[in-house]
Amino acid sequence: MPLGELHGKHLVTIEGLNMDHLSPVQQAIVDEGATQCGFCTPGIVVSLTGYLMKDKIIINEEGVKKTLSGHLCRCTGYRSLKQSAFFLKDTVEGHTGIDTLVANRMIPDYFPGIPDRLRKMQSSVFGAGEKSTDYFIAGGTDLYVQKGDLLPESKVHLLNLHPEMKAISKKNGYIHVGALTTFEEFANHPDIANAIPDIQAYMSRIASLQIRNRATLGGNIINASPIGDMTTLLLALEAVLVLENDAQSRTVPITSFFRGYKQLDKIPSEILADILIPEFPLNTKINFEKVSKRKYLDIASVNSAMKIRREDGIIREIGLSMGGVAPVPLFLKATSHYFIGKQVCRDVVEGAFSIIQQEICPISDIRGSVDYKRLLARQLIIAHFTKLFPERVAVRDFYETY
Amino acid sequence: MKHIDAVSHTRGESQFVDDMPQPSEMLYAAVFSSPVMHGKIIALHVQDVCSMDGIVAVLTSKDIPGENQIGPIIQDEELLASAEVCYVGQPVALVIGTSPEIARKGVRKITIDVEQLPAITDPKEAFSKGNIIGSPRTFILGDVEATWQKCDLVLEGVCDIGGQEHVYLETQRARAIPLEENNLCIYSATQGPSAVQRHAAKVLGLPGHNIEVDVKRLGGGFGGKEDQATPWACMAALAAWHTKKPVELVLGRADDIKMTGKRHPYKSDFKIGVTKEGKILAYEANHYQNSGATADLSPAVLERTLFHGTNSYFIPNVKIFGVCCRTNLPSNTAFRGFGGPQGMFVIESAIAKVAEKLDIPREEIQTKNLLKENDLFPYGQQVGNCRSLLTWNKAVEKYKLSEIRKRVEDYNKTHFEIKKGMAVMPICFGISFTTTYMNQASALVLVYTDGSISVSTGGVEMGQGLKSNIASIAAKGFGIRDIRIKIESTNTTRVANMSPSAASATTVLNGNATLIAIGQVLDRLKSMVAEELGVQDKGRITIVNEKVLCDGRETDWTWDRLVQTAHLNRIDLSAHGFFATPEIYFDKIKEKGHPFAYHIFGTAIIEVTLDCLRGTYDIDSVKIVHDLGRPLSELVDRGQIEGGLAQGLGWMTIEDLSFNEKGQLLSGALATYKVPDVYFMPDDIELTFLEDEGNTLGPYGNKAVGEPPLMYGIGVFFAIRCAMRAFRPQREFALASPLTPERVLLQLYAD
Repeated sequence: MPLGELHGKHLVTIEGLNMDHLSPVQQAIVDEGATQCGFCTPGIVVSLTGYLMKDKIIINEEGVKKTLSGHLCRCTGYRSLKQSAFFLKDTVEGHTGIDTLVANRMIPDYFPGIPDRLRKMQSSVFGAGEKSTDYFIAGGTDLYVQKGDLLPESKVHLLNLHPEMKAISKKNGYIHVGALTTFEEFANHPDIANAIPDIQAYMSRIASLQIRNRATLGGNIINASPIGDMTTLLLALEAVLVLENDAQSRTVPITSFFRGYKQLDKIPSEILADILIPEFPLNTKINFEKVSKRKYLDIASVNSAMKIRREDGIIREIGLSMGGVAPVPLFLKATSHYFIGKQVCRDVVEGAFSIIQQEICPISDIRGSVDYKRLLARQLIIAHFTKLFPERVAVRDFYETY
Repeated sequence: MKHIDAVSHTRGESQFVDDMPQPSEMLYAAVFSSPVMHGKIIALHVQDVCSMDGIVAVLTSKDIPGENQIGPIIQDEELLASAEVCYVGQPVALVIGTSPEIARKGVRKITIDVEQLPAITDPKEAFSKGNIIGSPRTFILGDVEATWQKCDLVLEGVCDIGGQEHVYLETQRARAIPLEENNLCIYSATQGPSAVQRHAAKVLGLPGHNIEVDVKRLGGGFGGKEDQATPWACMAALAAWHTKKPVELVLGRADDIKMTGKRHPYKSDFKIGVTKEGKILAYEANHYQNSGATADLSPAVLERTLFHGTNSYFIPNVKIFGVCCRTNLPSNTAFRGFGGPQGMFVIESAIAKVAEKLDIPREEIQTKNLLKENDLFPYGQQVGNCRSLLTWNKAVEKYKLSEIRKRVEDYNKTHFEIKKGMAVMPICFGISFTTTYMNQASALVLVYTDGSISVSTGGVEMGQGLKSNIASIAAKGFGIRDIRIKIESTNTTRVANMSPSAASATTVLNGNATLIAIGQVLDRLKSMVAEELGVQDKGRITIVNEKVLCDGRETDWTWDRLVQTAHLNRIDLSAHGFFATPEIYFDKIKEKGHPFAYHIFGTAIIEVTLDCLRGTYDIDSVKIVHDLGRPLSELVDRGQIEGGLAQGLGWMTIEDLSFNEKGQLLSGALATYKVPDVYFMPDDIELTFLEDEGNTLGPYGNKAVGEPPLMYGIGVFFAIRCAMRAFRPQREFALASPLTPERVLLQLYAD
């Protein structure tokens, strides 16, 4: 995270959570034996405390895992950590939120005063950085991994200091998503939940809560990783990108935005401002698939998304995308086209196998071999159709002889 | 008792090497390493670096005042490569700067000319070319050759076993402080303080007593800091010696993964002969260990592969061959289990092959061949206090194995692309360093006049709970409250000639040494108080809850009064204790002996669900019966079992070390090398301990617990394989680990 983004904020580290007595989070970890070497412990204490700072949290398994998901512990095997979070249920359930935690001496009493103190410390306006810049940084969640050594010595422009690029709204048949909308903000927005009913399930497979709180949709697109998860989803949804250059703006379909490996239809001074997701008719179905070495908190070997709409059993509209199988996040134009006007049945889906193999050109890398990625391409097409149309096709239909 | 450091850990107040306040004028070192797998160094270009602002020195092998040699078993490892480089990541030069960033920047400016030489990464290729380390070893029991023809079924197979990166969350680090007259103090994150002392002295050409090594705690070790913390500590010391300034060297994660060794990959062949009932009559295995570029601890690791080559089974005719093969990879090293897991994986694979051929569940073969009391291991030791069947039967009954099996089979009948799989994994792990002389430890116990106590041992706290165990032992030993006890850092000036904290033996060795020291102090105190009370036999005196009892009845003597009076009477309140494990020996010529003080047993049942469309899997449950002895702290020991299990599960499944043809590690970051996370580990982990199965050697009946549970994780490989076979019953699957989703899917759809 760039230091500049801390401007006007209050950073809480483990030292800021320590009181004379142990907090319930600290006490639970001690009691459950959930700290061994101790190296990862402070971060976990901060995350779990953050979990309790939201008002009226119901402590459940999903929430606990989500909170712990960005933490690696090599000592405990996580059972005791999960247990210590559940243990909090008895201590703090129904008593979460900053004011309640302070009242119950569960966090230090300086917390409620933070906004006031920040206001009093108002300093001169802090610029986002030069417009002529080496790097525009949004969440920076991949940039700092890839270029961590270079960024501190480069000119950077911190986009997150433009809060106006965060809004989500419906207009003219599109859902307008500000490019700086984080993954979590996106998934939690009612319009998105309405349009993509399983978005939370897809999201849980992408990075960790901590990263999703930073990573932005715009950053995911501009970073142009061939395996970007949100990019793959937005490709299938055939989103439209709004690029701004000073007062000028133009739109470009995301399906034609990626020109080559990390090559974009964009000049350096242009900034991706908005992502427009077309509102789809009610009977549109969407599915997102991701296969990675570790099921959670990992980068995909291959991911894929499909948006499909049938009328009277005939496919009228379809958008298929796939990541990890080409130098760019790939919109499967030929494969999508093939399906138009056809019914959903085994033979039709099988007919796509050879088309998709022509359309993709994966390479062997740390995420998988060529053979594996080509096999996954086939498997994920089967997955899309069997998941969305279980009454029409089953996996068994494709592997009858097994 | 809880983990003694738990409170300071949760407050972020526990100090690791670089958390200690920085001395003024401290400098920082960074390492330049070989970019190629193998070659002759023609020229090293450091001129541009030396002229950079903030760069204080660039050191190479020429700047080593003593010997450029840090090999622990065989003298084949230079601290800084002088003429030849043998793997990508081999340290060549050390850049010292005024900040870590400047030092790292300096490293990036160094270039090297290397005349490349042919490189080898495959152990069998190395073996065929004669690139081996030490001599091959062979353990023999009975006569396999004469037995094959008596078997109803003889099968052969090949295993390809992957390595494993330690991923201790605290990367390698050390801080060296120059003191007066060529003395140095090194704060090192090492499991082996004496190894650091010995090698730093050698490198600097100084006597050992000039080097003080201090270790407060490690942020995880897992074997990765048993021997391989040494180079970084020696480099920090070298830099401090040259600059006369404190120098800190902290490896970033990328450098750590690139430059340090891992668990050894193996290629192994096996041949197994059974009766038609599934009784194993003969077993032969050839283990080709991928040792990496130098010997490091590889010969000792190999030995344990041979020791555990038959796991929990009695096989009357055995021939196990093993050899350390020198390759152009970073030198592989100790990792929890220390060669044992690889040996066990191969016998479990052989059993799987037999079961698959006979078309019966694997556990039917396993159960027919489990060790019984007094059975002979191939290395000549008879199994004593055997808990193999006991843990197996308890797991079978408590967790209802037959119901699990039926549930899995029923599920698979009614589901097409989702399959369940299960496997049982028994373990038998020998406790002791197999190098007999290392089974020794010392402790220094100091009682202060206020009744508080300081204990120093040769054991290193790395999260395993050693300090808690020693404190608990000391409190029990004295009969006083544990808040009286402070466990000191591990320091070579208080305890000399330590064995590394390894082999699951740290508590038993150092705990016993502590008890011996305590015994000496207590003996003096009891003699004094017996005289004061006019009692002839000091054996009638005991201390319970800080009160002095005579014949079990309270006296008016308390711990405080006892200590103060002893001091006034000029009685020594300090003692040094020394412990050596009795009755162990091993004859490396005959390859027979009694190398282990005892064995740890246990049985795990693992269930998985496999998505055969996508090749991904979930581990549903792990249910364990473990031979724990009488734990000093059940909380601490549970943590060891669960943590070991997690590493074993990761090793078998998603922890994938992938090198390209240039010998560069592709999975060289935590973004590409995946360890278990909170979702990966099953929610359903059940542990059952054998009750009251004490251990005469361990302090208060305690048993070793560090390494054995890792090997439960091996079962997950066979559980996934079981599910794969449910989907494709007729197919042959490879015995290659890790069984990544890629390997699963490619094998399910190989046609």
